[in-house]
Amino acid sequence: MANIIGGLTSSHIPAVGAAYAKQLFEDPYWKPFFDGYPPVRKWLAEQKPDVAVVFYNDHGLNFFLDKMPTFSIGAAFEYENQDEGWGIPNIGKFEGYPELSWHIIEGAVADGFDVCSCQEMAVDHGFTVPMQLFWGDQTKNPIKTIPICINTVQHPIPTPMRCYRFGQAIGRAIASFPGAEKVVVVGTGGLSHQLDGKRAGFINKKFDLMCMEKIVDAPEELAAISTRDLIREAGAQGAEFILWLAMRGSLQGKVRRLHQNYHIPISNTAAGTLLIENRA
Amino acid sequence: MSAQAHAQALEEIPGTTMFDGAQAMKGYALNKMCFSFNKAENRDKFRRDEEAFMTQYGLTEQQKAAIRARNVLALIEAGGNIYYLAKFAGIFGLSVQDVGAQQTGMSVEAFKDMLKKQGE
Repeated sequence: MANIIGGLTSSHIPAVGAAYAKQLFEDPYWKPFFDGYPPVRKWLAEQKPDVAVVFYNDHGLNFFLDKMPTFSIGAAFEYENQDEGWGIPNIGKFEGYPELSWHIIEGAVADGFDVCSCQEMAVDHGFTVPMQLFWGDQTKNPIKTIPICINTVQHPIPTPMRCYRFGQAIGRAIASFPGAEKVVVVGTGGLSHQLDGKRAGFINKKFDLMCMEKIVDAPEELAAISTRDLIREAGAQGAEFILWLAMRGSLQGKVRRLHQNYHIPISNTAAGTLLIENRA
Repeated sequence: MSAQAHAQALEEIPGTTMFDGAQAMKGYALNKMCFSFNKAENRDKFRRDEEAFMTQYGLTEQQKAAIRARNVLALIEAGGNIYYLAKFAGIFGLSVQDVGAQQTGMSVEAFKDMLKKQGE
């Protein structure tokens, strides 16, 4: 049976893609952020997972408001990064794993989550930035991927509890896949930030640190927060924390925090990185 | 909680416009135009003839005025969604700090300082 060996989180700020392309790893502004990643990359190099299942949100590349699915699961042979309009360098293609995708889709629907399946899916910075931070160049260090997109663009967005339960369903589906694959699950986005309105620039360090603390051992407490309270405390785009909750829901074994990093600010955002081990 | 009461509760967060159904209805043409800016050829068409491009997408007068003014708060008021508006801002090479500074009435340097101070 496929085995989820751990969960990762990473912010997916577009400016990171540009800084990565310029290799600003030692730049004073960027160093406290990039320094959060080598311990995770070391763990990945040791554990050698076969598949990354990535909860992310599309920011208006693959989905428009004409059709806005709540939960979408990639079922493609490959996923392409495309021009988002304001230009971080395109980092190319990611290999899919459609056999596992369809198994997850079957499992999710049987479990009460009527997902949208996607045999074509362009992936934006929400997916590509964390992939680049954890695995670098896909041509040199490839891993099979399954992008799972959760709507954070059009309200009503799914509640934190619904996303946590969705993650649990995904975790059960992965665990029932008849293969020996090692899987890591990634929650992207966050932490607190707001881009729009007179409250633009809002960051909430106290709330973020509470979330980073509780997500390991008390995730249900965080999942019980209402959408409104999450937006009030984390900012309009800080609602992306629901992606972290989906990741955490999928970890169903004994969990242990192996590494974390938190830094303010990167661009308009409080950046959070976590590595959680998951053992049966 | 009824759907209406839920929507009202969401509106109470200061300085925050929830992009709900009402905003979606109001902003569709504007957001559709901004979504088209994912493609370089559409960004070029807009640069060449802004007015014709806005008319092609059926923008309202309110939306057209907000686009002409490059005013982000006015664009949100006209139903714009920040994820699509970011693509409009991208045409002018504006960062999210530039956009944040404009919305809060700060200089870009003051806005960046404000971000940094929240980490202390």
